[in-house]
Amino acid sequence: MKTFDYVRPATVREAVAAASEPGAAYLAAGTNLLDLMKGGVSRPSRLVDINHLPDLDHIEDLAGGGVRIGALVRNAELARDRGFARRFPAVAEALLSGASAQLRNAATVGGNLLQRTRCAYFYDVASACNKRDPGSGCDARGGDNRLHAALGWSKSCIATHPSDFCVPLVALDAVVEIEGKAGRREMPLEKFHRLPGDAPERETMLEPGEMIVAVRLPAEAAGFAAHARYLKVRERTSYAFAVVSAAAALRVEGDRIADARLALGGVAAKPWRAREAEVILTGTRVDGALFHRAAEAALADAKPSGDNGFKIELARRIAARALSLAAAGTPERVPALPASPFAPVSGDVIHA
Amino acid sequence: MAFSTTLTVNGVRRTIQLDDPRVTLLDLLRERLELTGTKKGCDRGQCGACTVIVDGRRVNSCLALAISHDGADVLTIEGVAQSNRLHPVQEAFIAHDGLQCGFCTPGQIMSAIGLIQEGEAGDDPERVREGMSGNLCRCGAYQGITEAVLEAQKTLGAVSRRKVA
Repeated sequence: MKTFDYVRPATVREAVAAASEPGAAYLAAGTNLLDLMKGGVSRPSRLVDINHLPDLDHIEDLAGGGVRIGALVRNAELARDRGFARRFPAVAEALLSGASAQLRNAATVGGNLLQRTRCAYFYDVASACNKRDPGSGCDARGGDNRLHAALGWSKSCIATHPSDFCVPLVALDAVVEIEGKAGRREMPLEKFHRLPGDAPERETMLEPGEMIVAVRLPAEAAGFAAHARYLKVRERTSYAFAVVSAAAALRVEGDRIADARLALGGVAAKPWRAREAEVILTGTRVDGALFHRAAEAALADAKPSGDNGFKIELARRIAARALSLAAAGTPERVPALPASPFAPVSGDVIHA
Repeated sequence: MAFSTTLTVNGVRRTIQLDDPRVTLLDLLRERLELTGTKKGCDRGQCGACTVIVDGRRVNSCLALAISHDGADVLTIEGVAQSNRLHPVQEAFIAHDGLQCGFCTPGQIMSAIGLIQEGEAGDDPERVREGMSGNLCRCGAYQGITEAVLEAQKTLGAVSRRKVA
C-alpha cells in the first residue's frame, strides 16, 4: 500500500477543504477503499478521515413523512432500525442481502454509493482498464465478462455498479445531499452515477472535494411499504455480489396498481431505473402477464457486452418475479435469506 | 510523522504510538500488542478470520485502519473467557466439533458472539447460517458451527433470564 498523509478534520467544512487537494480521498469505514489500496488499485496521497465528524450518523424522520439518513449511518444500523425497515422494507431487504454481517456493521451509507465496481480487470493492476488508467484500454471486453453490463455500457467500459442498497433507493426517488466548497447542493440519486461513455474514470457527479453528507427518501416512498421487495441472484447463497437484482414497489388500490417502481442492479454502471416498465404497470390490474410485459420493456435496450447475453433474460425474469413478490405483499419480517430468489413466496424454510 | 491512538482492548486501556498510518487494526493487535488469537486469513475482508468486536459490533479488523479507531473499545478472542472459565460460545464449539484445523475458529467465535448479541437469528438455523456467512471454514465444519451457535444462544439466553429474575 502506498503511504499517505492522514488528516482528521473536526468539521465538514475542514473536511471539504482537506479533500479538495489533488490526490486526496475521503475515508469512512474503508471496507472498499482499504481493499483497493492494498491492491494498489487506489493510491491516494492523503486520507481525510470523516469518521469522527459530528452529526453525520443520524436517521432523522422529516416533517411530512420522509427520512434523512446521515452519510455515516452504518448499513446494519439502518436495516435494523424498526421504523425505517417498516416504512422502506425493500431498502432494508437490499441492505441485508449485501456483503456479510461484519461488513454491514462497518460500511456506511455514503460509502455504499461511492463503492467501486468489482470488475476483476479494474482490480488487477496488470490489466488494461480505462476506469483505473484512462486510455489504457479495456481487457474485460475480450476477457471473462459473463458478469458485465448489459445496459448503458460503452466500448471503453463494461463494468457494473455493485450496490444493492442503491437499487431500491433509486426506485424510490432518493436524493443525495452534497457538501462542497461552494456550499450545499443536492440531486436525485438517479442522476448521481454516470454511465461510462468515453470517460469511465468519472463515475459520479461529485466535483473534487465534494462529500456526500446525507441521503433522503421522500414521504411518497413510504406509500409503497405494503408491496415492496428486493430480489437478487447470486452465484452462492449468501455473501456475494448480485449477478442481477431488482427492486419492485407497487401502490395497490383494490385490484389496480396506482403507482409502480422498478429498478435493476448488476446490469449497468449505475442503478438502473426502469421507467418504461413503470408506465406500463401504472393504472392497470395486478396480473402476472403484465409483469412480464413490463420486464420486457425494462430490458428493451439491453445488449450483451460479452458472454453475458444470459443476463438479459435473467434480468427480465428477476424483474417479473420481483413484481410478483411485491404484489403478493411485503413479508412481516425480512426473510431468513434476504432477497433470495430461492425463497418460496409463503416464507417457508428453504433448506429444511 | 508519528501518530498516537488510544484503544481499550479486552478491558485494558492502551495508548499506542504508530509510526505509519497504514497499520490496520488486525496488524496492530497481532504485531504491536501480540494478541495473535485474531487471525489473518485473506486480509481483504472475504474470510472473516480477523473478526473482532469494536464498540459492540463485529467487524473485519483487516479492513479497519487502526488510527481511525482512536477511542474505540475492542474485544478479541483473548478477552472472552473469564479466568479459567471458557465463554459459553467457546464451550459450545468444543461440544459440537465446530472446528477441525481451528484457524478460522477465533473469527467464528467472535462473529457468533456478535450474532447472538444482535439478537436477530433466534432459534432458526437458516438465520444462523445466513448471519455467519461472513466466516469461511475451509475444513467445512459448518454443521457443527451452526449447532454450536444455536446451543450457545440458548445457554446465554438462560443466563440472561436468570440475571433478570
